[in-house]
Amino acid sequence: MAQVSFDAVTKRFGHTTAVDELTLDVADGELLVLLGSSGCGKTTALRLVAGLEEVTAGTVSIGERVVNEVDPKDRDVAMVFQSYALYPHLTVGKNIEFPLRQRGVSKDERMARVAKAADTLGLSELLGRKPAQLSGGQRQRVALARAIVREPTVFLMDEPLSNLDAALRVQTRADIVELQSRLRTTTLYVTHDQVEAMTMGHRIAVMSDGKLQQVATPEHLYALPANAFVAHFLGSPGMNLVEGLLVDSGAPGTLCFAFPGASVPLPTEVADAVRGSGPDVVLGLRPEALQLSPEGSISATVVIVELLGAETHVICHTETGARLIVRQVASAAKPALGEAVRIAVDPDPRSYHLFDSSTGDRLGSAA
Amino acid sequence: MRDGAPGADHRGTLRGRRRHEWAVAYMLLVPALLLFAVFSFYPFFRNFKLMLYETPPVPGVPAHYVGLHQIIPTITSTQFTQSLVTTLVFVVLVVPISLLAGLALAVAAHRKLKGMAVYRMIFSSTVVSSVAVASVVFGTLLNPVVGLLPWLGINPSPPALESSTWALPSVAVITIWQFLGLSFIIMTAGLQSVPDELLEAARIDGAGSWTRFWRMTVPLLSPTIFFGVVVSTIYAFQAFGAVDILIGPTNTVRLHTNVLIYNIVNTLQISNNAGAAAIMATVLFLILLGLTILQMRFLERRVSYAR
Repeated sequence: MAQVSFDAVTKRFGHTTAVDELTLDVADGELLVLLGSSGCGKTTALRLVAGLEEVTAGTVSIGERVVNEVDPKDRDVAMVFQSYALYPHLTVGKNIEFPLRQRGVSKDERMARVAKAADTLGLSELLGRKPAQLSGGQRQRVALARAIVREPTVFLMDEPLSNLDAALRVQTRADIVELQSRLRTTTLYVTHDQVEAMTMGHRIAVMSDGKLQQVATPEHLYALPANAFVAHFLGSPGMNLVEGLLVDSGAPGTLCFAFPGASVPLPTEVADAVRGSGPDVVLGLRPEALQLSPEGSISATVVIVELLGAETHVICHTETGARLIVRQVASAAKPALGEAVRIAVDPDPRSYHLFDSSTGDRLGSAA
Repeated sequence: MRDGAPGADHRGTLRGRRRHEWAVAYMLLVPALLLFAVFSFYPFFRNFKLMLYETPPVPGVPAHYVGLHQIIPTITSTQFTQSLVTTLVFVVLVVPISLLAGLALAVAAHRKLKGMAVYRMIFSSTVVSSVAVASVVFGTLLNPVVGLLPWLGINPSPPALESSTWALPSVAVITIWQFLGLSFIIMTAGLQSVPDELLEAARIDGAGSWTRFWRMTVPLLSPTIFFGVVVSTIYAFQAFGAVDILIGPTNTVRLHTNVLIYNIVNTLQISNNAGAAAIMATVLFLILLGLTILQMRFLERRVSYAR
């Protein structure tokens, strides 16, 4: 078994807290993505598992073993760096062989395993080259080969795709997922790219300011974000967040979300779940839950229309200046800039996400 | 600088504009060229002319043209060959020790610890100390009466600077000490160009600190080390001040510390033989030129890693 566990792990650099009381389990064989914007502590968390940083408090375990005091070389982890960190003075073959040589693997076995790893990643023709003679994608594959050749219990990947161009990134993303599912090696994957996270992760752990915001499957994160940060961070574009008040709409048992220029009636399930909260709340609405409609409950002005081919993003401002992005199919009628429009919300209760306006936590349904 | 204004005679055309830029470039170069001409180029070429004239050992008699005839006798003279051997021994003493010591200090100061900047400053401070001051200080430390060695109870007889065995190593120690600052700076710059991630990757791959140093840091430092070898060799070949101040022309061991430059200066000033001095200076120039070309070639071929 090779699960990775963080138990109340804190890492401080001087007065800066990079990782704050992180508790998180990565199951055996799982590909868990640590997602967050730069400086959120995700890379530090990864380096704590690698042993490149020492924990300030808490415990990091690999399998059943607490590894706080264990040297990196004895943790049986392999890491792929953002810069690939290939050894520039060694050939591709020697680069891949290096970890085996350090572990005293016999020469015959080294040769066999290097050949196998190179074959897996399509590097067999390049073994005699130096890293400087390779393209970015080839270097990336050498870094992966150097990681898999050891057959470690845990893979650590620190934004391994960020130096590749867009097309290669999509291809390599799929390759890594395929490789991981074949090897079934527990993998901790750090990225700031939510598309990468959504497409690759069995589960995603969203971090912000050193704190874990939510850990769940991609579907769950998208459907039931635990707080306003996660709601806004995931999705392209992210969830619209509007500040307003929960008010009685007059009819018994119904609630409205009101802000200047609009009063959005909440579906009964949603109203029941959040009754008693507020009255200051934040309403979250995914762009695809909105549409332009003359009967819509929100009045707004069109400021930008972005054409993306398959779909169109209509960016509107409400009377108070709050931004709402409406996602339309490409065939829908496009509004003119400056046009006064009305926006309707999908009546499906799952379209409504309400958050506490001071803490940002989700109200009502458990995340 | 203005772009060529249209209609202003030749400046309007591309070629005219280029010519104009060249003119400005040369004007800006003139002060530097003038300094080089007076203090480098003129003496450099004058030296070749001096090689062709023999100065009689009698004062007042003018030098006369002998062509290439005095070259062979000069460079085969015992005085010159002994001086060359002494210089080579000196170089062999100075270069490896000063580079290794500089590397050791650089590695020690490379750690991210509080107050390291102070140590860096101390380690590199020998760069700004003058050879005269350093020689006087070391001379005092080695002084058989008031020095550090007798104070420590070490009292060699004859004193180090008067011993035919220890005089050259003593001068080498000062030269090493003097070069240590630059060596430290060169090595520190080299260490800082080695990406931390490479060493971290090696660490995770199972390399201990010794392996990381030998199999990662040293190969990646090799361009720096070769640069250090070139610079320190040239530096050691040109040693003069320490010998002049510590040994001096009257010391009985002066033949054992008679490095090339010192020999050249003595040939010119004491023997008043400008022709022979010029020939020896040219040999030194050719040695350093050859060394530089050789090491540059080696450097280009073997030790450049595009990252």
